Amino acid sequence: MQKQSNMPYAIEVQNIVKTFGPVIATNQVSFKVKKGEIHALLGENGAGKSTLMSILYGLYRPDSGILKIDGEVVSFKSPKEAAQKSIGMVHQNFQLVSTLTAFDNILMGLPESWWRGRNWRFKKVKEIESLAKEYGLSFEVERAVWQMSHGEKQRVEIFKALYRQSDIIILDEPTSVLTPQESDDLYRTLKKLKETGKTIVLTTHKLREVMHACDHISIMRKGKMVASMPSSETNERDLARKLMGEMPVEVRRIEKSESSTKPSKNLLELQEICAKGLHGEQALNDLSLFVYPGEIVGVAGVAGNGQKQLAEIITGMQNPTSGGIKFKGKWINHSSIKGMIDIGIAHVPEDRLHTGMAGSLDAVDNLLMKDYKKEKHSNLGIMKHSRNLDWAKSIINNYDVTTPSANYPVRLLSGGNQQKLLLAREIEGDPALLVANHPTQGLDVGATASVHNLLLDMRSRDRGVLLISEDLDEILKISDRILVIYQGMITGEFEPSKATREEIGLYMTGSKTQFNVGALA
Amino acid sequence: MRPLYIAGKKISIEKDPISTKTPWWMTVIAVVLALVFCAGFMLLNGNNPITVFSKMFSGAFGSLYGLSETLLKAIPLMLCGLGVAIAYRISVWNIGAEGQFVMGAIAATSITIYYPGMGAFSSITLMLLAGFIAGALWALLVAICRSYFDVNEVICSLMLNYIAILFLSFLVFEPWKDPNGFNFPGTAIFSSSQKLPALDDLRLHLGFLIALAAILLYAVLVKFTHWGYQLRLLSANANAARYAGMNVKRQIIIVLMISGGLAGIAGMVEVSGVTHRLSQGVTSGYGYTAIIVAWLARLNPIGIVISSILCGAVIVGGYSVQLIGLPASMALMIQGAILFFVIGGEVFSQYRIRVETISPKKNEQTSSSKVEVL
Ligand SMILES: Nc1ncnc2c1ncn2[C@@H]1O[C@H](COP(=O)(O)OP(=O)(O)OP(=O)(O)O)[C@@H](O)[C@H]1O
Ligand SMILES: [Mg+2]
Repeated sequence: MQKQSNMPYAIEVQNIVKTFGPVIATNQVSFKVKKGEIHALLGENGAGKSTLMSILYGLYRPDSGILKIDGEVVSFKSPKEAAQKSIGMVHQNFQLVSTLTAFDNILMGLPESWWRGRNWRFKKVKEIESLAKEYGLSFEVERAVWQMSHGEKQRVEIFKALYRQSDIIILDEPTSVLTPQESDDLYRTLKKLKETGKTIVLTTHKLREVMHACDHISIMRKGKMVASMPSSETNERDLARKLMGEMPVEVRRIEKSESSTKPSKNLLELQEICAKGLHGEQALNDLSLFVYPGEIVGVAGVAGNGQKQLAEIITGMQNPTSGGIKFKGKWINHSSIKGMIDIGIAHVPEDRLHTGMAGSLDAVDNLLMKDYKKEKHSNLGIMKHSRNLDWAKSIINNYDVTTPSANYPVRLLSGGNQQKLLLAREIEGDPALLVANHPTQGLDVGATASVHNLLLDMRSRDRGVLLISEDLDEILKISDRILVIYQGMITGEFEPSKATREEIGLYMTGSKTQFNVGALA
Repeated sequence: MRPLYIAGKKISIEKDPISTKTPWWMTVIAVVLALVFCAGFMLLNGNNPITVFSKMFSGAFGSLYGLSETLLKAIPLMLCGLGVAIAYRISVWNIGAEGQFVMGAIAATSITIYYPGMGAFSSITLMLLAGFIAGALWALLVAICRSYFDVNEVICSLMLNYIAILFLSFLVFEPWKDPNGFNFPGTAIFSSSQKLPALDDLRLHLGFLIALAAILLYAVLVKFTHWGYQLRLLSANANAARYAGMNVKRQIIIVLMISGGLAGIAGMVEVSGVTHRLSQGVTSGYGYTAIIVAWLARLNPIGIVISSILCGAVIVGGYSVQLIGLPASMALMIQGAILFFVIGGEVFSQYRIRVETISPKKNEQTSSSKVEVL
């Protein structure tokens, strides 16, 4: 061995190969992470990032290759062994038990005291609270996980890893489910952890945050490691080019000419809708809005301000407690999910594997989910097998979904490819209105641009889009009109060309409101 | 778990983080283990398990008569097993096949009592229909409780079993008792037009074909139709099914009614094909054995045929070992052991066994060390 610096790498990976049947997820990947740095791993959807992270964490075993932690060769047989080497992981899909409290989740599986009495619990809660504060991770220790926002869940996950004395923390797409504020908080926390000597590896699709917050960047493409450099030696454009080997697709937004008259009839109208949230709280508060055909309306807001209920009411998944819904000029009295699908409302839900798709079924079955009764796909109740297969294959092709075959369970696709498949199904039905909740979460730069183009296409075909997103950049980029939702009310309306991020941010946090709503807290 | 060191190899058992489907051979191993387990008890009883098993085998398959008896027992098991398997597919835990079976038998008998003297075809058809409807309605009670009142279907369906069986007792002791039956608690023997046709000299009857047809029909429906697709979607992800516009409550009701209806047909087939009258012992636990049948088959239709015949053979084999002084309840023990090991196998298949060759240098197992994973 030649001259080695006296400090070994925290993680050193050499020529790792991992295949899943016909798929080569990582192909001779080598990867080094210095101690005490924040290291970002970038790559397109399906590039193999999650796979590499899972190998580091002992979840998958490489087919060949060497893995060294702190200079020592290891071969993890299970996450437990990785944890013994002080590696902790926060997964792309959180792994908390949602019916339990943060407290129980954190202590789960730890050889703590046998008798967990009141006193013990009280002491532990105090201990966790103060430790969490030290790390700058704020969450409600005794709250059940299902009541938490994504950001809070993630902080619990991070804390859980820290509580297990992890020195290396791996985060797989930590920010794709976070609001911009939450992302900022997260990076602040990560910096703090770095100062205490922890090593952090994360994956993401958001180039901007990488440039701001990370020390070193590695890039994967199609299972191979293609570049690795300190973030000081690169910039966003350069990264984008390295990521895809070419410049990303441009989003072709055509401004509507001022003269084009607004269509006289609106497509969707909500009048003073009230609705309850999961725990019976007032989630929507006399909310009114409308969407014209040929218009993308962006709904901006901090997560948990009624976005989920808004989408669910329009798509029939929940009934309002009061208020009216009008679609294409007709009142909808008793909305049902089926009814809403039939009149042409499509829905991209925020939680794809929970609601949007059936993970154990293949792409064909997932694409058919809403359309299987149509004449094109079945005849007198009999499914047209081979035709459906061809149809699915063509969609997979057109929407650029990477999958070994149309009969592969979608659970095994990479996160981004699942999302593409879901979007493809919703757009393929040519709906009059698309309610899209975070449509680009987990998508890489190129795929995000193509989704934006798809939405813009819908707009030019005179379809309406209600784009609910926490990503302000996305909203500013493609919407024709921006609404801000705060505590279940629309508190502001903007034209994207005349609005600034800061201004909208003030409305999102409730510091400002355009309308006289007395009930504002 | 602490690893085991044998001859320079390290053997350890670890949890497989990506738990996959249980492979089919796990079931075979489970059955073999169950037999070995029972063999232990036979040894304790002073019997040679090999003789016992070979006796059981020849009893169940060794003669035309034995084979016919085995298939005869398999008929209600196939129908009830298919019934519960359909419900289990969408995670509705119907354990009320026993009660649904009984209600089917009662309804079929009611046709013989209130509409006697019909032609063979019409009375059999009517009895089948009555059996199906009665079983379906009995299951509908469970479905309503589950769908609209959030009552746990396990408890609900189990309790209804007792009600059905007590109702049966009431009928055969009181209103329906055969006046010429020497006080035997049971109805009059059916007339020949109310009996399912059977093979000459054997008891195996038309019900076998009915059961096979039901299984075939189900397999085809699931593969090719809307309803099959809905079942698949619902069993894969109920949230997604709702999101796609499916009426999940209605689907659960339909499935439970079909499930109960099949058990009801089993009841009809049993009274019309085997006992030829309604009596207290009309069900010898077929509804419960069906649960074992369904799990053994992993809810797969073809598997249900195989596992029904297997369980039928265990029952028939159980009778034949009575001759050498073992109780017939041996059969129950074997069935119980099979279920136990099959379910145990589910748990174990989430683990894998690793055998590593340790290199001479202490605690230095490089990634090049040979690793065999089971
Ligand atoms: N358990 C698995 N079984 C089969 N194939 C898998 C499995 N996990 C991943 N793959 C395949 O390996 C490839 C790499 O997937 P991976 O999840 O690592 O991508 P990724 O870089 O994390 O993508 P994304 O940004 O979309 O999350 C994909 O083609 C995926 O289909
Ligand atoms: Mg991933």
